[in-house]
Amino acid sequence: MFLIPDPIVRFFHRMASPPHFYALTERLMPWLVVIFLLLLAAGLYGGLYLAPPDYQQGDSYRIIYIHVPSAWMSLFIYVVMAVAGGIGLVWRIKLAEIVAVSSAPVGAGFTFIALVTGSLWGKPMWGTWWVWDARLTSELILLFLYLGVIGLYGAIDDKRTASKAVAILALVGVVNIPIIHYSVEWWNTLHQGPTVTKMDKPSIHVSMLIPLLLMALAFKFYYLIAMLQRARIELLSRERNAYWVKSMISLGAER
Amino acid sequence: MSLSRAFYAIIRRDLVLALRRRSEMANPLLFFVLVITLFPLGIGAQPNLLEAIAPGIIWVSALLAAMLSLDSLFRSDFDDGSLEQILLSPHPTSVLVLGKIIAHWLVTGLPLLLVAPLLAVFLGMPDSALSVLLLTLLLGTPVLSLIGAIGVALTIGLRRGGMLLSLLVLPLYVPVLIFAGNAVEMAGSGLPVDAQISILISILLLALVLAPLPVAAALKMSIN
Repeated sequence: MFLIPDPIVRFFHRMASPPHFYALTERLMPWLVVIFLLLLAAGLYGGLYLAPPDYQQGDSYRIIYIHVPSAWMSLFIYVVMAVAGGIGLVWRIKLAEIVAVSSAPVGAGFTFIALVTGSLWGKPMWGTWWVWDARLTSELILLFLYLGVIGLYGAIDDKRTASKAVAILALVGVVNIPIIHYSVEWWNTLHQGPTVTKMDKPSIHVSMLIPLLLMALAFKFYYLIAMLQRARIELLSRERNAYWVKSMISLGAER
Repeated sequence: MSLSRAFYAIIRRDLVLALRRRSEMANPLLFFVLVITLFPLGIGAQPNLLEAIAPGIIWVSALLAAMLSLDSLFRSDFDDGSLEQILLSPHPTSVLVLGKIIAHWLVTGLPLLLVAPLLAVFLGMPDSALSVLLLTLLLGTPVLSLIGAIGVALTIGLRRGGMLLSLLVLPLYVPVLIFAGNAVEMAGSGLPVDAQISILISILLLALVLAPLPVAAALKMSIN
């Protein structure tokens, strides 16, 4: 604790206070949206227009600009959820719990997009909508893990208890994800030859890589926007009896 | 009372309780046998087909039987309040909970080993695979109980936790299913299975050490 400089500690303490978080995110939101839209426009322009078509796959490879960032996000959000849940569990910070809980539906959405776009890409490339490919399979199991988190949160009425349950489950999941991933990969190499999975990155060209990274960054900002919006609503509904919410609402009514 | 005595006392108590309610012990076993009987009826009884899918069927059925038996792990203790007493005891909850899980496995997991040879004969599995099947069941079913305990502890306070439990627990069972099923399959075709068995042992050790901690945390959360 003594190693961390004072202003940073103060920043975190203030972030943990609901009214301050609510006001700050309200001010940040327009900026986040603008940055997201700029990154998205640049990424899409670069990916769909500037990048050359692939010499083997033609134009259909361009789905990676949605698929790959979503797949990255699906894992990233699970880790964020587990870390935030762990912080909430250890230091009993209400906002960390809310961040963990609000991340789950966004993460499930990204996982679903990654699955659907993977399947859409698979149709022209592999000839079928679904192949028991290692990555697709572990992504599917990840989706089930997300749905379990969402289902558990919905099933418990007391939301403080529910977010603790979600945090424990997310931590268990985050330990298990690498084990599941590698076991699925191992299973895949045993059951079918490397005919299909020969998709290992053939050292992607810079003109294709830059839009991909831009899209990945845009998706990060989208996640931030969606998660913060959910967190704000969750915060309001949990704190509906608190003084700051009541005074804010009455202030809004007067305006 | 010392920790080790408390630990054994819990195991003994749960075993005595289980012996007095033998029907609960028999249910997962009957389920296991029944599900496996349904497969030949559903897909036809060609011997080569059954032999090919036997390891997978047996392991998927073991997974489902283990999952269905999970509810009895904490249910009666939760209903009559003895779970609160366990949580209030001065000993670490995770160790006491481990005792309960071990007792539960002895009652519901270990009997699966007894009927497995019968089922292997039903499905025409080669003799060389039988010993590996028993070994994987011996190593794998404790993991199912340990991981399942996390799911039960999270959902024990809910009135309708059954479907949710399967959603929480089954994805986490995937690694056990993959390695155990594959080991039996490989053994059937006469290939070495050392790698799979070693991985199963390491999964078991990992679960033995790590799983009681979230179980204890989740129980404390569920009781409050």
